[in-house]
Formats: sequence, C-alpha cells, structure tokens
Amino acid sequence: MDELEAIKVTFFQECEELLADLEGGLLAMQDGNDDGDTVNAVFRAVHSIKGGAGAFGLEPLVRFAHVFETLLDALRSNEIPGTPDLTALLLRASDVLADHVSAARGLGTVDMDASAAMAAELKAATDPNAAPAPAAVVEDAPAEAAAPTYVDAAAPIVIGAEDGLDDDDLGFDFQPMTITLDAQAADAAVLDEGNVWTVSIRPKSDLYRKANETALLLRELSRLGPIQATLDDGAMPALEFLDPEAAYVTWSVRVETEQGEEAIREVFEFVDGDCDLEITRGEAPVADVLASLMEVGAPAPAAEPVVEAAPVETVAIETPVEEPVLAAPVVPEAAPAPAPVSAPVPATPPVAANAPAAPAGAKPAQIDVPGPGQSVIRVDPERIDRLIDLVGELVINQAMLAQRVGEYGIAPSSNLAMGLDELEQLTREIQDSVMAIRAQPVKSVFQRMPRLVREVANMTGKQARLVMDGENTEVDKTVIERLADPITHMLRNAIDHGLESPEERKAAGKNPEGVVRLAALHRSGRIVIEVQDDGKGINRERVFGIAVKKGLISPDLQLTDEEIDNLIFLPGFSTAEKISDVSGRGVGMDVVKRSVQALGGRISISSRPGQGSTFTLSLPLTLAVLDGMVVDVAGETLVIPLACIVESLRPKAEEIRPLGPSGSVLAVRDSFVPLIDVGLTLNYRDQSPAATEGVVLLVEGEDGSRAALVADAIHGQRQVVIKSLEQNYQQVEGVAAATILGDGRVALILDVDAVINLRRRGPPLPSDPTLIAAE
Amino acid sequence: MTRTVLTVDDSRTMRDMLRMALAGAGFNVVEAVDGEHGLEVLSAHRPDVIITDINMPKLDGFGFIEAVRVDDDYRAIPILVLTTESDPSKKQRAREAGATGWIVKPFNPEKLVEAIRRVAA
Repeated sequence: MDELEAIKVTFFQECEELLADLEGGLLAMQDGNDDGDTVNAVFRAVHSIKGGAGAFGLEPLVRFAHVFETLLDALRSNEIPGTPDLTALLLRASDVLADHVSAARGLGTVDMDASAAMAAELKAATDPNAAPAPAAVVEDAPAEAAAPTYVDAAAPIVIGAEDGLDDDDLGFDFQPMTITLDAQAADAAVLDEGNVWTVSIRPKSDLYRKANETALLLRELSRLGPIQATLDDGAMPALEFLDPEAAYVTWSVRVETEQGEEAIREVFEFVDGDCDLEITRGEAPVADVLASLMEVGAPAPAAEPVVEAAPVETVAIETPVEEPVLAAPVVPEAAPAPAPVSAPVPATPPVAANAPAAPAGAKPAQIDVPGPGQSVIRVDPERIDRLIDLVGELVINQAMLAQRVGEYGIAPSSNLAMGLDELEQLTREIQDSVMAIRAQPVKSVFQRMPRLVREVANMTGKQARLVMDGENTEVDKTVIERLADPITHMLRNAIDHGLESPEERKAAGKNPEGVVRLAALHRSGRIVIEVQDDGKGINRERVFGIAVKKGLISPDLQLTDEEIDNLIFLPGFSTAEKISDVSGRGVGMDVVKRSVQALGGRISISSRPGQGSTFTLSLPLTLAVLDGMVVDVAGETLVIPLACIVESLRPKAEEIRPLGPSGSVLAVRDSFVPLIDVGLTLNYRDQSPAATEGVVLLVEGEDGSRAALVADAIHGQRQVVIKSLEQNYQQVEGVAAATILGDGRVALILDVDAVINLRRRGPPLPSDPTLIAAE
Repeated sequence: MTRTVLTVDDSRTMRDMLRMALAGAGFNVVEAVDGEHGLEVLSAHRPDVIITDINMPKLDGFGFIEAVRVDDDYRAIPILVLTTESDPSKKQRAREAGATGWIVKPFNPEKLVEAIRRVAA
C-alpha cells in the first residue's frame, strides 16, 4: 500500500512540525511569553501526534502520548496549576516524546525505562493525589502490534484500544439465536418467530436538528432484512397548529433479520436519546404497540389496524439488503433531500429540501485545499535541481554570447549590446529566483538546538539559556542539511568549555544562568552563523600550554592573542583537562573547522577573558555555485576554490629549497610548505618549470595542512556554476567537479585536498607539523 | 452521483488518511485545516457530508458544528465528529452542538464509509 506509506512519511514530517510547535509553546510558557491559546496549541500538538500514531498502530508512541496528553488536558482545563516545575517536566517529556517519534520512524531507540519513569512522573503530575491515573489502561494495553497487519492486509483493521473501543463497536460477533437468556422471550409463541423484531421509533425534534433522518434509519433497518414500516401520525395537529420544526410521528417497523437485537440497536446509535426507541422480539400486536405509544386522546384505530386503519399508513417494503431503495414514503437513496417523506410528516425541517441537494458532480475533485494564506506546493527536489542545472546552463550560455558579441567589436551603446545587458540582468534574476526556491529558513536546524542545550547543560551541571536569533534566515537546502553538525559542536563547546559552573559564575558576579546565543544572518552573499557565550572566554595561557604539551607548537613561538585562540582549531587539540561526556569525544573544534571548510566556509573565533567567546561561521548560500580563482596550468584552465586559498604570491628563487631528489619546499615567513606543481600532479606535463616563473597559490586543506600550488598564470576570480563530473563523466582524482567558462570551454575545479594527498603519495615529503601548525 | 465529503482536521496525516479512505470508496473529498477554513470551504463546495475533528486551532469542532447548524443553508448537512476522545462528555458536547454522529479514531476505512452511509441521504 504505497499510499499508506506516503501518508506515513507525511505523518513523520508532521510530527517534526508538531514537536517543534510543542517545544516552542513550552519554551514560551517557560519564558512567560505564552497567551491563553499556547497551552491549547501544545495540547493539540501532542493530541495530533497521538492520533496519527494510533492510525499507524505505533503503540509505544500512542501510549506515551496519551499519558502526556492527559496531563496537558488537565493543565489546559485548569485542573492543575501551571508552575515552572511543571513546564520543566513537560519540556523533558517532549524530549522523550521526540525519542518515541524517532524510534517509531526507525531512527534510534527509546530508553523504555526512562520513558516509563517519565510516564509515571506525568501521571503523578496529572493526579497529585496519587490515585491511580485514569489513563491506567495505557499501562497494560496489550502490545497489539497491529501495524504490519494494517499495512499489508487488504482489509485494514481497527488499531489500538487506547480509547476504550467497546466490543460492540467492532462488529456483531455474538450469536443471539443459540441461547435465549431473556425470560420474556422464552414464550413459545415468540420462539417461533425468533428472527422477527418489532421496532418502534418516535423521533424527537432534536433528531432532526442534528441532521439525522428517520428515512435513513429505516433504510439502515432494511439492510438487516425485509422490513414493514407503519407510520402513526395520530399525534399530528391540524395544519394551522403545526410547528414545522417539531416531531409528531411514530414509526412501527417489523424487521425480519438474523442479526439480532444488537445490530438493530446499532442502527440507532447516533440517535440515542433523540428518539424513543423500543425493540421487541416477535410480531408484536401492532395495536398494542401503538396504544402504548399513543398520546392520550388520540383516536383509537379500528379493528384491522395495520392496513386499513385511517390514521395509520402501512408501507410494505421487501427489498434485498444490498438494494435499499424504499418505496414511498421513505426516500429513495438517490433523492437529494429527506423532505419528500409523505406530506404529513412535518418533523423534517423545511430547509432540508434544499440543503444537501447540491449535486456533488458539479464540482471537480478538489485536492489539497490549503489553509488560507498558506498555500504550499510540494515538489520533488529533483525537479528543482534540474531547473537549477538548466539555469546554470543559461548563465553560461549568456556569458558565451556576450563574449562572442564582444569579439565582433560591437559598440557597447549599440542596441544589440544593450539587449545583451538586459539579458544578463534577467538571467541573474532568474538564477537568484531559482536558488530562492531551494532556500529554506535555518529554523529547521535551529529548532533542534534547545533540546541539545538542555541536555548538555544537564550533563555538565551548567545552567544555560539559549537565545536564538534570525531563525528565518534562508539558505540553500543543501547547505542547511550540513549546518547541523557544526552548530551542534559549537554549542556543546560553548556550554561545556565556555560557560562556568553556576558557583563560579556567582563568584564572578554573574547570573548563575549562562546565556548562549545562536544567530544567523546574511552578510555579503554569505550566511553567517554566530555562537556566542557569556562564559569565561578562552584561557590563552592554558591553550598555549596545552598546544606546547601536545607538541603542536614549539614553546618559544611568539603568538598574538588571535593566533592563540585559533590554536583550538588544530587537529588533536582538546582543552578539557579531563575528557567530559559532552565535548571530549575525540572530536574537537578541528572537526568543525574541517566540515565548515568542506562547505566552502570559514570559521573564526574572538574571545574576551571573563566575558565570553564568539564563534563566527560563514558559509556560501548555496553549493550550486562556487567562488573560484581561474588559473592557467600547462595551457589548461583550472578553477581553484577561493575558500581554500590563503594567499597568492610570486616566489623568489632564494625562498625555494630543494628537498629530496625531486621535491622542494617554499619558505613562507616562518615556515616551509611543500611546493606542488599542479601540472605535474595532474599529468599535464612531465617536467616542472621553475616555480619562480609562475604564480604560487598558498592553499589550506580541510585538515589544516598547507601547500603551495604552482600555476602558470592567474586569470582572476569568478563565480562558477558547479557541474558534477561523476554524473557526466566519471570521477577523476584531483578534480572535484567541472564548470563551463564564458568562452564555452570546460574548466576543471581543483580538489585541493586530493592534490595535496596525491603529492604526498608520490615522493614522500617530510613535513614538519610544528612549522605548519605555527602558521 | 458522486458525493462530496468535507473533512476538517488540522492534522495533515489525518486529512490524508481520510482522503485515502474516502477517495477509495468513491467519494469526492474537499479539505479544510480548521473550523474557520471549514466554513469557507463549505460555501464553496456544498458538501453532502462533513467530517470534523474536535481539537483544532482558530475554531474548534464544537464551534464549527454550531456555526453550520445556525446557517439555514447548511444546517441539514450531516456532520460526523472524528475524535480520539473516549470521554463521553466530549461526545455529548459534540452532539449538543449538533453533530449527527461520530467516528472514533483510529478508524478503519470500512467503518468510516459505513458511518457516512448511515447519515447520508
């Protein structure tokens, strides 16, 4: 059942949104920013998760959500007071709920003990008097494990008994014919007609007010077996006294069915209380039944009441069950409104005649009616990628055209050149607009962070409050997906290493609760993420000491404050003296730096002792285009990603030192970096020209290692559209991707890390980590 | 004659489930995300049957049912309340507001279609 699977995907998407709403609402309650509707919204979020989970038979999730919901229901109906402690409990419960959702999705597991403990806490909070929680059913609800059945079976089954579905809701599984328990029914005369029932129905006006309809009840009865309906309109007043909204008539129906009283009763489930109903076994004497229901003073029917009696009309209906078309006065199924029931039945509100009559066929099928003001289209991302690709081609084509026109020496003021300018502008606008389709607010990443902060703070014994800013800042979807890890690391680091313990903070005259600020903003075509804490700042003396101790730098290096701060990005650096649960998992800020660089980004830190640190992360808005340096190597045009380039220089002969039989290194200020001839590495040429004749680009790999790449000439910086080589050709070592330049030529984009590694695998170049690190 | 069913539920999952069950049984389905939206869709599509949730933002199920029932043009449309509430007081409130019948979540498609048949002319 593909459709059901698709809905399940929707369900989990919706769960994500609902969990975010839940957490947002709870945080608002925590901060006192809630309004009257917040608690309702929070309730609805849990309620909807439970509802969907029930439909998919996700039992553990349903059970936990039910306990959670029960507490929220008590809170919103003011049965229990809202307190900061309660909000904190609800927040923790929302984390457990999120775990349940993940587990139901097959991502991760739930700590069932913790979940049970949380459920117990929630129950205790729901009923402070420690009486058994009303939701006790959830505890012993049998694992019905119905999900697979639901997915596979052709006939889906009802899942989950959490709402206390009664047995009689599930079908008619008892056999009334085997044993007669009813003393009255033991009468021999009745036994002979065990399958005959007499049902007398006297609707009240409420029945019609709720849009129920006697005719439909009779139709339903006729599905059980042949029926014979008798109408008594004896209570009907004269026309001038008739209240069109009132009910006056009584039906007596003879039903012949093997399905028993329960099935008959079920027909009247929806009108329970809205009509007087009597169900008796056997061919009850009609006159008696009528008499028992008759209003005082009603004219008594004459001797042969059933057929001939004046005020009583009899309608014999003998239709097969599957064709419940009734003879008049009962409305045939196809009739638009119940109104035509024989004239003397006044109980049908007059309006009924025109209400449901609108033929549905007049309207085309309307799919996905969106909410007002929130129209959303769901599009396969592949289609957008294709569009982005095409626009990339358009940009290239436009550049080619401009270049060709330029070659013909056409004046810039000519109509042709001006038209081309306009085309260029349009092309750029189209490119921006297309990129905007894939742009999404960073919210989806940010909203996972409050939980992280709570958990890290709990684990480290710190008190931390997360303040978020710019959640609606938009960035390409491909970038968003890769933002989560760096942000997670930076936040962990800020709490674990940045913030002091509450005692230390008090001693320093600060609020014991530290503030961590996470912000996103756009700056000059890039997205900037800042993680700021108001902790102790970087202890430079200690950082320097550790770097020396770990052999990362030499002890007599003179470094500026900024350089010391940046030591924490060195691979293998960890400032925690003892490894903590949180940050000290063998990954440090170097991992962050590497993953940021892999995205073409940069990370920097600024810190003020006693006042805190700020990590600033800047990334390109998209991974579809790249800022690159266009260079010439052995007659080929290459693009080197700008994010990797530290600087470019023209080396002097005395700065180049030979190393080993074929290698050489370049002295850059205090350090030596290996010289790599790109042409040689990519097999464009066999012999390296002297580095002094070319240009050297100092590049930094993802792991922080540096190299000096030799090229013949620099053409300049350009934004290029990235074209995958793997998709169009095959993977080539040392090449990350390709692009098409304005003149229509294909240029390869250099994979700087691969080039550095390729060189290393050649004649080994002993590189001195001390010197590299010091740079 | 294809019957049109209006489903009013703030949960996309539930709307999709209803759509699957109803479309599979040959109904034309129109949807709304809350009571307020339901009233708008109501006038545009004139459904034969309405299925509504109770807990919804803006205008909840009770308010929605009441609003339908006071409108002379729509008050004869059968309304089924869809809810996980086993709480009889909720069901009672929905009935007082004018609900024709109810479906207990989680539902199965056959039960759903049967409930519609029971109230639809």
